[in-house]
Amino acid sequence: MMKILVLICFSMFFLAGLSHAQKVNLLTVDQLESRFANGNDTVYIVNFWATWCAPCVAEMPNFEKLQSTYQDQPLKVLMVSVDFKSKLESAVKPFVKKKNLQNEIFLLNEKSQQVYIDKISKDWSGALPTTLIVNRTKNIRKIYEQEFTYSELEKVYQSSK
Amino acid sequence: MKTVFTLFFLAFSFLARAQSSGYEIGAVAEDFTLKNVDSKMVSMSDFKEAKGYIVVFTCNTCPYSKAYEDRIIELNTKYAAKGYPVLAINPNDPVIQPGDSFDSMKEKAKSKKYSFPYLEDPGQEVTRKFGAMRTPHLFVLQKTPKGNVVQYIGAIDDDTENTEPNKTNYAQNAVDALIAGKKPSLKLTKAVGCTIKWKKTEG
Repeated sequence: MMKILVLICFSMFFLAGLSHAQKVNLLTVDQLESRFANGNDTVYIVNFWATWCAPCVAEMPNFEKLQSTYQDQPLKVLMVSVDFKSKLESAVKPFVKKKNLQNEIFLLNEKSQQVYIDKISKDWSGALPTTLIVNRTKNIRKIYEQEFTYSELEKVYQSSK
Repeated sequence: MKTVFTLFFLAFSFLARAQSSGYEIGAVAEDFTLKNVDSKMVSMSDFKEAKGYIVVFTCNTCPYSKAYEDRIIELNTKYAAKGYPVLAINPNDPVIQPGDSFDSMKEKAKSKKYSFPYLEDPGQEVTRKFGAMRTPHLFVLQKTPKGNVVQYIGAIDDDTENTEPNKTNYAQNAVDALIAGKKPSLKLTKAVGCTIKWKKTEG
């Protein structure tokens, strides 16, 4: 009985893994900006996180839920990890697979924190978790250096679209 | 609905304000009196011979603080004798982050043999006054006739992973400049870190 259960769990896990090839692409700040400028969506919610950041990991399901709830709206949630590039294979990819994340996941491809933090926002101190909300049609670009509950996140989205 | 919106707006404007406050370069930092891991109270003014201070907001739990632990110890080893002792302050609320309780701080200071004070800031007032936003977050202060002037705010260096042989030691460069009677050439830097774990009641 136990064996069958394990087998079922395993195959479900395997199938779930197959249905979404969870890629983690490298992303520069310039590439992110060009996505804002040329992408098909109106509101971009960019969450900056790291595998080692416990509150980031805790709030992740809220970002998954937001994207799936509003998938028919021009909203795109982008999850940008600031883990070290050397951790891509050893930490970030296994993490994304384990958590079975459906959102688009990136690893920030920038060398200098001193440069990229300011490029993303002058108002960002560099602390994690941090979320950037961009709506170019409404001239909104705001950084939230905090954790989000689902209802907080939903409100911020509603007020930004 | 309108009330909800107003409340929401207020909550966020409070956050925005909390983020923008704090000392800027050139400000005179008020002295503080905080409890050290040996249960004695510590103030900047206790260091009569000091020419300045390296005040670093750090904690037990943040992986970036852990990554910088040994480098903070080195800063004190190198600069306390030159008149710039390290004063470490744990800004986190232990209710939110139990691993940053006073007892855990004591254990950390003991196991890592901290040669400098490791202070708790239970009211988070000192943290707010400085405007520390993350751990680790470092402030270099210079003792002058008008008070302790903030001369550098930011990161310890530009290589958290500590693998780059040609890394820039921001904090050391700032202190070296002050010791040489100059102003730091780079006064403000940013780095990734962990958010301060603020008490819930204060937003």
